[in-house]
Amino acid sequence: MVNIRELALDGERLVSGHRLCPGCGLSIIARAVMRGTKDPIIVSNATGCLEVSTTIYPFTAWDVPWIHNAFENAAATISGAESAYNVLKKKGKITKNIKFLAFGGDGGTYDIGLQSLSGALERGHTFVYVCVDNEGYMNTGIQRSSSTPMGAWTNTSAVGKAHQGKEQYKKDLTAVVAGHHIPYVAQASPHNYMDLVRKAEKAFNTKGPAFINVLSPCVPGWKYPAQLTIKMAKLAVDTCFWPLYEIENGVWTLNYNPGPNKKPITEWLKTQGRFRHLMKPENAHIVEAIQKNIDERWEELKKWCGKN
Amino acid sequence: MVEEEKLKGWKDVPIGGKILEAGNSRKYKTGDWRTFRPVHKPELCTNCMICWMVCPDSCIKVGKVDDPNKGKKGVSNNPKLGNFGGFDLDFCKGCGICAEECPFKAIEMREEKEFKEE
Repeated sequence: MVNIRELALDGERLVSGHRLCPGCGLSIIARAVMRGTKDPIIVSNATGCLEVSTTIYPFTAWDVPWIHNAFENAAATISGAESAYNVLKKKGKITKNIKFLAFGGDGGTYDIGLQSLSGALERGHTFVYVCVDNEGYMNTGIQRSSSTPMGAWTNTSAVGKAHQGKEQYKKDLTAVVAGHHIPYVAQASPHNYMDLVRKAEKAFNTKGPAFINVLSPCVPGWKYPAQLTIKMAKLAVDTCFWPLYEIENGVWTLNYNPGPNKKPITEWLKTQGRFRHLMKPENAHIVEAIQKNIDERWEELKKWCGKN
Repeated sequence: MVEEEKLKGWKDVPIGGKILEAGNSRKYKTGDWRTFRPVHKPELCTNCMICWMVCPDSCIKVGKVDDPNKGKKGVSNNPKLGNFGGFDLDFCKGCGICAEECPFKAIEMREEKEFKEE
């Protein structure tokens, strides 16, 4: 394992000049993940913020071979590329070791691309899938996805007399992927950079599919000041809304346990404009329900990780 | 802000509209989005490179040992370690994450109008 200052000399694979919002978490994550290997990478990207704003024609911010196909098939695309590589390697036309990486947002992974991801995981291609989860369709103007947390305002889960934001809980995609019993599944956050790089490194060195789910705070979608991106990710982890864990060949490991310093979820909610309505006294029952759900899932996770 | 470039005709565009030059977004300067400019205080900097790690726009340059922009404390002569090498103001969008995350308060965000004369 190397330290940050050693990593800093490696150069960039996602270069400056992309047009993501100031303070976006996506590019921090994408750069960190691609530091997980020194081998050449081929990237497939599902439609989403990361795809749209890094490759506005005639420019591309990617210093690696990069494919965009459609919204739903980033995983299918990369599994095709991997199969082609395997054939060419067998014939001796390629001798290099190449790694395969797919990026998808939460729309392209939780909702639209779930079937193609599930298929690729089941077929057992050697690739890494990274979901950058910003909890909504931010690229098209903040619509709800199955990853949006309960109570959050979006343009399609409005706040008014009849509704108080999204009424359903967030889908636990990491557990869904863990249900495929693939060799490596992890959940990570950009505030713990070295943990993220270490997980990416492990994922790249896995034979078979690997999946990393990373929380990516979104400035316009979550409505917080741009400089707080890393703080937002940290708070989500400290409140146990986004626990850091990994599953290696069926063994669950909890990477970070705040223990007695576990913060109440209101700490995270009150810093974001999308939850502003929950701070009214008449909506206290929604906050209670969110807290109860997080506590239950945290206890469940600790049980799975063998920490009671 | 784009560097002046003539529009390509249809015969010059590769089939499928592919972009054949990797990483050519470096020609598209995003620095003019900025309202606040990061200012480095070398006397507080320890060259921990946390700013480099959290910058979404890869705007923290990685300096060599003899770089004039480098911080004084913690400068390493080890060629394997990176040092702080200044900001790339051509691309910095002024989000302020570096100033917020710096554990030593060695980066300050100042309003861009203060630098107008330069």
